[in-house]
Amino acid sequence: MSTACEELVDPKQIKLDQIIDKHKHGNGPLIPILQGAQEVYGYLPAHVIKHISKATRIPVARIYGVVTFYAQFRQTPVGRNLINICLGTACHVRGGAKIVETIEKELKIKDGATTEDGRFTLEVIACIGACGLAPVISINNEVHGRLLPESIAGILAKYE
Amino acid sequence: MAENQRILVCAGTGCASSGALPIIDILNDEIKRQGLEETVSVVGTGCQGFCEKGPTLVIEPQQILYTRVTGEDVAEIVEQELIKGERVERLLLVDQTTQKPVSLMADIKFFAKQHRIILHNCGVIDPKKIEDYTARDGYKGIEKALKEMSPEDVLEEVKKSGLRGRGGAGFPTGLKWGFCRSTPSDKKYIICNADEGDPGAFMDRSVLEGDPHSVIEGMLIGAYAIGADEGYVYCRAEYPLAIKHLGIAIRQAEEAGYLGDNILGSGFNFHLNVFEGAGAFVCGEETALIASIEGKRGMPRVRPPFPAVSGLWGKPTNNNNVETWSNIPHILRNGAEWYGQFGTEKSKGTKIFALTGKVNNTGLVEVPMGTTLREIIFGIGDGIQGGKKFKAVQIGGPSGGCLPDDMLDLSVDYDTLMQAGAMVGSGGLVIMDETTCMVDIARYFLNFTKKESCGKCTPCREGTTRMYEILDRITKGEGKEEDLDTLETLALTIKETSLCGLGQSAPNPILATLKYFRHEYEAHIRNHKCPAHNCSALLSYTIDVEKCKMCSLCAKNCPTNCISGDKKTNTPYVIDEDKCIKCGTCIDKCKFGAVSRA
Amino acid sequence: MEWLTLTIDGREVSVPKGTTVLDACRMNNIPIPTLCHAPELTSAGACRLCVVQIEGMRNLPPSCVTQATQGMKVETQNPKVRNARKVILELLVANHPLDCMTCQKMGDCSLAEYAYDYGVNGEVYQGEKRNLPIDSGNPFILRDQNKCILCGKCIKACSEIQGKSILDFSHRGFDTQVGPAFNLPYNESDCDFCGSCVSVCPVGALVEKQMVGKGRPWEVSKVQTTCPFCGVGCNFDLNVKDGKVIGVTSNPDAPVNGKALCVKGRFGMDMIYSDNRLTTPLIRKDGVLVPAEWDEALDLIATKLGEIKKTHGPNSIAALSSAHCTNEENYLMQKFMRAVIGTNNIDHCART
Repeated sequence: MSTACEELVDPKQIKLDQIIDKHKHGNGPLIPILQGAQEVYGYLPAHVIKHISKATRIPVARIYGVVTFYAQFRQTPVGRNLINICLGTACHVRGGAKIVETIEKELKIKDGATTEDGRFTLEVIACIGACGLAPVISINNEVHGRLLPESIAGILAKYE
Repeated sequence: MAENQRILVCAGTGCASSGALPIIDILNDEIKRQGLEETVSVVGTGCQGFCEKGPTLVIEPQQILYTRVTGEDVAEIVEQELIKGERVERLLLVDQTTQKPVSLMADIKFFAKQHRIILHNCGVIDPKKIEDYTARDGYKGIEKALKEMSPEDVLEEVKKSGLRGRGGAGFPTGLKWGFCRSTPSDKKYIICNADEGDPGAFMDRSVLEGDPHSVIEGMLIGAYAIGADEGYVYCRAEYPLAIKHLGIAIRQAEEAGYLGDNILGSGFNFHLNVFEGAGAFVCGEETALIASIEGKRGMPRVRPPFPAVSGLWGKPTNNNNVETWSNIPHILRNGAEWYGQFGTEKSKGTKIFALTGKVNNTGLVEVPMGTTLREIIFGIGDGIQGGKKFKAVQIGGPSGGCLPDDMLDLSVDYDTLMQAGAMVGSGGLVIMDETTCMVDIARYFLNFTKKESCGKCTPCREGTTRMYEILDRITKGEGKEEDLDTLETLALTIKETSLCGLGQSAPNPILATLKYFRHEYEAHIRNHKCPAHNCSALLSYTIDVEKCKMCSLCAKNCPTNCISGDKKTNTPYVIDEDKCIKCGTCIDKCKFGAVSRA
Repeated sequence: MEWLTLTIDGREVSVPKGTTVLDACRMNNIPIPTLCHAPELTSAGACRLCVVQIEGMRNLPPSCVTQATQGMKVETQNPKVRNARKVILELLVANHPLDCMTCQKMGDCSLAEYAYDYGVNGEVYQGEKRNLPIDSGNPFILRDQNKCILCGKCIKACSEIQGKSILDFSHRGFDTQVGPAFNLPYNESDCDFCGSCVSVCPVGALVEKQMVGKGRPWEVSKVQTTCPFCGVGCNFDLNVKDGKVIGVTSNPDAPVNGKALCVKGRFGMDMIYSDNRLTTPLIRKDGVLVPAEWDEALDLIATKLGEIKKTHGPNSIAALSSAHCTNEENYLMQKFMRAVIGTNNIDHCART
């Protein structure tokens, strides 16, 4: 019997409730809760946002407003590999835009989208802070620097 | 080698991404294998500042710098340098002027011409060890403050030092603290703004990564002077290493009795929290940052009331950025007079710049305020990459401006730059050469600000998009003569009517480029030409059949496969203009000069 | 009360301490255009249309959130100020549909009024415009986000006055929108359709759906009346065209409720012309309801109640009264039940 009951409880939900409990009595709990929830689920599905609203008594519209305001929060699942293309000033000056074009053409997706096979999600970000290596991209937090358009295909091939 | 040696391996974000972390392990193994572990120690440090040449390592005490080191080089370094005491010449930096290798840091322009006060621990100590910090006079500033000085004395000292906020506007720090101190309240907060959002600036990240205790100490001193007992460090989530090192440092400081209740038996309490920002440039604006900590959308609000009167949760709050806070311990330890010897009359101390773009030495550079741009770019930076011609330097990120070569002798300080139409800002210096198009740079910054506008006030929300659209049309050759007037009117209105600093400064890149590079705008509009050969819509690539040897190198390297031709069938190589993304790879690859760009 | 003297457009005026520059102007009949300001809501200082020039101040501060101070010198109509306002209006109009001919708000639209004043025609800035679906899935409120100027007053009316917080901003920058969570249509959210959002919308983004196509603001006469739905005593304006009520709008001077109303008061007036509305008493005769005179009906009730009380006792009778009646009427009803019938069996539809 006991195993059957455990199966009914979503382990992610348990983690989420722990995160909410940890933060909800402190000041300004919303953003840490959302960050924790996104770590658990990989993104912020609507039912999670509604659950957080109920547990914290913060109106769901306000939470949705916060989720859509900050670049960190995502409402769709991320692909198996996350490509962050840096378009900081240093990267821009050293040809970052061409890296973006090449990757977009190679994967046939635009900024913010995920390939149909779920292999890559593409995000253009403002600055990784690795300006000395410009232009740079990072795939799954692994930084590739001093890039040229022709080196892209080889790098992408390493990620399944 | 009889004396003890230390090998400082840069493990900052830049070098780590160039592969520095495995080097530390390989070095340790190799040293053990050679039986040197008694006399040689390896330290993984924070950013040494010379990211371009990373991974870098420094041999102490000689101060020998090795650049672009890989795992395979380790055995040779140990053998040559540590055992024989000779240099591994191929890993030394080559001076671009003399074309000779240099080994000693004191001889390397990049380091020799700097004056490192804030960065004096970065790249030298292990940021994960509080004892490394205290061994170099760390926490002496707060000890002095608590034991010998009243909060008023501390405030006076900071006022006397002339320190101005390093986050952008350059407001006098002591004066700011005074406002918060004089607001009566049962609770006050201080905040460290580590939401370094300017693309092209990374000094705050480096300080947090490489010397986190200096920020904690600065905040302790500030809290004591202001009368706050709780603080927040608002750090970008994009800086995981900084967050990690700060977390370790806070725990160590708590254990050592520097943070918590009754600090050093003085009765002074201070607790420090880390808040991870969720990704919004506008949160660098203090009221937006406060809203963000409170769990709201990061939208700035109208001031007054200023945070010093009503800030975080309605309590008086003082906010300074990382670099400002880490100036404070030095002022307390050495006194305001000592501090005042650096810099100019109205801009005291040193400033860290992130020198990036088309310059030979990129990295972090700390110089006294008042140093000229020329000294930074051509002295420390060792000139422009590839021997190209300097065109402009972009100062102060999206809020700053671009200055041309006839302003290279300007003194870098708050007031001079402001007059010239730029600003110190957070200290990003992006160097541009003759191949950088200034209209495109303005377009780039407006694309940034339009994406980062919070959307609250009309001029910024709607205006940045319209300015971007006009610039985008100009770079595509679709500009109209009247566009320049429209841009100017729009820019001035947005500057004067926007709610916060983001909107008020968003037009700066346009105003500055219009002022100094108007001819580039005119060339795009009137002649449909991009003088820098940068704007791809105005370029076309062609292959000269006469010069082409049909080697197929261009076609093989083309990322979009838009070049076709065949030597066997004698079909000439041509470029399909529709598929061409104008990346220029074909030009770079062609050995015969057969590809041309117009 | 402490008074301050300041100079506005060369004119010396005195206002109480704590007055904003905007209120100082309005108290003295100096016109200032505003879009995001409403006296009953907290000020955001967001639309920036109310900017003025103040001696000694950097930039052009918004008058709605700038406190008047002693000796302040304000200019509200100089060319610099007017040009700035014109640019702001041009920016708003550039991202706003120009279908004013069929827009229900025409004639009562603040944006159109100021565009007229400042000579703005929407031609200066050509570029991207929002293209969002129109929310018409509910019977009360027609919501066209493309007309929204993001003043945020609806959000505040929902949270500060109604206490519901159904609406908020979402996304940011040029993509900013206002709406319920997940940008759902109103009918899929927890909205009660009180319509407070409609009452504060300065443009045609939120309009009373029932009134669309029924009449222009200048064609209707507004008749202030008390809501008949319950005893609270809310006041509003009946919008009457050609002798017919076409809808209800808030009357900001309503002493009890201000602009606030509930869904019944604001959107329930279609009952006036409902075919199902009872206009005479009906008596069931041989299984069929037949219209009757009031006297006949009341006599019948009195006789029947008397009989039942006699045969089965007073507690066999119960009465349910209505929120539609006034408090006085409800008081009389319970008095009648207790004193005349002799029972405590009295209840009210809005008790819970």
